[in-house]
Amino acid sequence: MTNAKDQVLLDRLAEAARSGSISRRSFMNTAMAAGITSTAATGLWTSSAKAEPSRGGTFRLGAHDGNTSDTHDPGTYVTFSMIQVAHTYRAYLTLIEPDGSLGPDVASEWSATPDAKEWTFVINDKATFHSGKKVTANDVIASMNHHRGDETTSAAKALLSDVEDITDNGDGSVTFVLGAGNADLPWLMTDYHLPIVPANEDGTANWQSGDGCGPYKLDNAEFGVRYSFSRHDDWHLDGAYFDAVEIIVLNDPNARQTALVTGDVDAVTQIELKTLALLQRDPNIAIDNVPSAAAITMPMLCDVDPFTNVDVRNALKLSVNRQELIDKIAFGAATIGNDFHHSPAMPYWPEDIPQREYDPDEAKSLLKKAGMEDLTVNISVADSVFSGAVDMCVLYAEHAKAAGITINVSREPNDGYYSDVWLKKPWCAVQWGARPTPDVMYSLAYKDDAAWNESHWQNERFNVLLRQAKAELDNDKRAEMYAEMAMLARNDGGTVIPFFPNFVYARRTNVQHGENLAASWQMDGARACSRWWFEA
Amino acid sequence: MGDIIKLVGKRLGLGLLILLIISIIIFFMVELLPGDIAQAVLGQGATAENLKALRTKMGLDDPAIVRYLAWLADAVTFDFGRSIVTDEKVTTIIGERFANTLFLAAYAAVIAVPVSIILGVVVALLRNSVFDKVANVVTLSFISSPEFFLGYILILYFSVKWGIFPSIASLSDSMSFWELLNRTFLPALTLVLVVMAHMMRMTRAAIINLLASPYIEMAKLKGAPPWKVIVKHALPNAWAPIINVIALNLAYLITGVVLVEVVFVYPGIGQALVDAVSKRDFPVVQACCLIFAATFILLNLAADVGAILTNPRLRHPK
Repeated sequence: MTNAKDQVLLDRLAEAARSGSISRRSFMNTAMAAGITSTAATGLWTSSAKAEPSRGGTFRLGAHDGNTSDTHDPGTYVTFSMIQVAHTYRAYLTLIEPDGSLGPDVASEWSATPDAKEWTFVINDKATFHSGKKVTANDVIASMNHHRGDETTSAAKALLSDVEDITDNGDGSVTFVLGAGNADLPWLMTDYHLPIVPANEDGTANWQSGDGCGPYKLDNAEFGVRYSFSRHDDWHLDGAYFDAVEIIVLNDPNARQTALVTGDVDAVTQIELKTLALLQRDPNIAIDNVPSAAAITMPMLCDVDPFTNVDVRNALKLSVNRQELIDKIAFGAATIGNDFHHSPAMPYWPEDIPQREYDPDEAKSLLKKAGMEDLTVNISVADSVFSGAVDMCVLYAEHAKAAGITINVSREPNDGYYSDVWLKKPWCAVQWGARPTPDVMYSLAYKDDAAWNESHWQNERFNVLLRQAKAELDNDKRAEMYAEMAMLARNDGGTVIPFFPNFVYARRTNVQHGENLAASWQMDGARACSRWWFEA
Repeated sequence: MGDIIKLVGKRLGLGLLILLIISIIIFFMVELLPGDIAQAVLGQGATAENLKALRTKMGLDDPAIVRYLAWLADAVTFDFGRSIVTDEKVTTIIGERFANTLFLAAYAAVIAVPVSIILGVVVALLRNSVFDKVANVVTLSFISSPEFFLGYILILYFSVKWGIFPSIASLSDSMSFWELLNRTFLPALTLVLVVMAHMMRMTRAAIINLLASPYIEMAKLKGAPPWKVIVKHALPNAWAPIINVIALNLAYLITGVVLVEVVFVYPGIGQALVDAVSKRDFPVVQACCLIFAATFILLNLAADVGAILTNPRLRHPK
C-alpha cells in the first residue's frame, strides 16, 4: 500500500468505482491484485462506490481562518471560516453547482434583455427564512441595497457598481437595471457577500439577527470559535442531509489535522501540503484535491522601470520553471499557470493557448534585445501570501540565474502586506481567491482604470474586448473574445502567473459526497454541510 | 496589621498609575502598527470609497489623542467601550474568554502548585540522589522546550496514539464539569509541565539554603527525623521566595498561554488578543493588556503580602 504505483492504481480504481464504470467483483479482484487484503478492499469499495445520500448525524467541520471580530454583516465577511458559515445559514440568488455550472438557489430562474442591461430574477416561492417568513422581493432588494450607495461599508460595493436600480415587479420577481450590459450578473449573485437576509420595515437589511434562508438554522454563534446549526426543514432546495452541523474554527494547521485524525471533527478545510503525503496514509481519511480558480500572481508595475519594457516582462515570464514550483512548493497540488488570469476551473477557459515553458536562452535574447543584460530586480513577498511563498520566490530567483537575471527576494512583514506592499512595490507576490468568471477577474485586476489593476497594465485592445465580452450573451462569441484577451495578457501583460493552487481538504471516510466538487471555495464550494452526507 | 493595609493601599495606588501608563503605551503602539483598521476589516475586497466610509463609521477621523482621551474618560467609569470592528461591548467579547482563561489557569495551578512543592521538598530531602538528578533534568527539559512543542508531543501520545484525551479543547455550554476537565486536561497538563520546574527548584533551593543554619543542626541533634526537619523547621522559613515564584508563575498561567490556546484551540483571552491586534481593534487590545497588567500587579502584591505574613520579622518591624 505504501508503494506509490499501487496507490495510483487504487486511486484510479476508486475513481472508477465512484463513476460506476466498474463492477464490485472486478473492483475486488483488481484491488487484491494490487496487494491489499479483501477486508480492506471491501472497505475501499464501500467508501468509493456511488452511494445514495442518507440523512442523519451531526457533521463537525473544522474550518481555518476564523477571527473573534467576525460578524453577521455580509458586507464585511472576510475570513474563510465565515464563508463556510455563510453558505450554511444563508442562501444566495444563484449558486455554483458541483459541476461548475450556474444553478438556481433563492432565484428559481432568471432572464435578461438582449443588451444584458436588465436582469429579472424570479424568487423561488418555497424559499423561507428560519423565522418562518417567506422570502419576498423586498428582502432581496434590501439585501442588495446593503452593498450599494455612498454610505455602504460593504466590500462588495464594486461588484454592484453597475446596478442603477432594483425594482419589485410585484409578481414575485425583481429586476436589476444596469448602467452597462453585464452578461455575468447571475454569476455575480453567487458572491459570498450577497446572501439574502430579511428586510426591516424601513427597507434596510436586517443582518444583525443572524436569520437567513439557507439550509441550516444558526442556533449558536461564537465568532472565531464555533457555530452550531440545526436543519432548516423548509429549505427550498434538495440536500441538507445532516440533522445538525457544527463549524469549529481551527486556525492551527496541526490542530486541524490532529482533530481529523482523532475523529474530533468529520472534515477539515485547508490541509498543509507538506504533510499531505503522510495524511494520505491514514485509511480513515480521504483527501479531496480540487483544481480551483484561485491564483498566485506576481504583478510587475508596467509603469515602473525596468518593467515598462515588454521584453523585460516576457524575459521574466520565461525564466521561471513553473513545473518545478508546482512540484516543490505546491507539492503537486496545483494547475500550471500561463500568465493570463483565467484558470481551467472557470467558464470560457481557452484551451488552445500554448503553454509558456521555462526557456532561459530565449529570456536572455529578449534581454539582449532590450539592452538589459544582467538585469537585477527585486521581488517583495511575505509568508502570509501562502504557505511556501518565500520559498517560491527564492526558487524563482535560482531559475532566473540561468537567464542572467538576478532576483533579490525581499521578505516583507505579514502584517499589513496588502496595504503596504501590494500595489506599491514594483514587483510582489499575491494570492487571489477564486472568482466565478473571467470577466469578474479581469475587471477587478486587469482593467485599465480598476483600483486594483495590480500591474498598472494598459492595453487598449484588451480593454475594448473586456467591455464587449461583458455584455455579450452569445457564449461562443464570448469564449473567442476571452481567448484573444488571454493571448494579450500572456504576451503583453505584466503579471507572472506560476500556478493556480488546488483546494486541498480532507474528510473521514464515513463522510460521502457526490461525483463532482464545486471549485468556487473549499469544501465543495463551501456547501459541504448541505451537499455531503454520512455513509449509512 | 495596619502596616499591611497601608502597604496594600500604597501598592494599589501605584498599580493604578502603572495601568494608566501602560494604557498610553498600548494605545500609541497600536497606532504605530503598519496597516489600517478599515483595510483589515474589509480585507482585499476594499475600495478607497468604502474604506473611507468605514473609517468615518468607526470614528477614526478624529486625531489619535482625542480618541485616547475619549476612551480614558469612559474607562475610569469602568466602561471599556465597544469594539471598533464588531461594535460589540468589549466586556461581552472578553468576559467569557477571560473566564475560560482563568479556569484553565486555575486547573493548571491546582495541579502544579502542590505537586511542585511536594516534589521540591522530596528532592531537597533526597538531594544529590539519583531521584533528585532525574527530577531536575526532566522538569528542566520541560521548561526548556517551547509550549507548543510540548503540546504537540502530548497530543501525539495522549490523543493520537493512545486516544485517552481529546486533541482539541473546544468547549460548549452543554458540557458537564467532568467532561470539561477531560476536554481541557491536555492544555492544563502542558501548562503544568511548563511552570513546574521553576517552582520545584525554588522550593528545593530555598530549603537547602536553610539546611546549613544552626537551628536546623539543633533540630537534627535533638533527633528529629529528616522529613520533619525539612517540613516543620526549614519550610516555614523558606516560604517567602517560594511564594514569590508561585505568584510569578500564576501570572504566567494567565498571560502566557497564547501558544497553548492556539495548539489546543482553547477559546481563551490570548487568542482574542491576537485577533484584536491583527484587526487593530484598539479597545479590545487595551482591555486585554490591562487585564494582563492588572494580573501581574495584583499577584506581585499578593506575593509581597504573603511573604510578610509568613515572616514574623517582617510582620513586626522595629
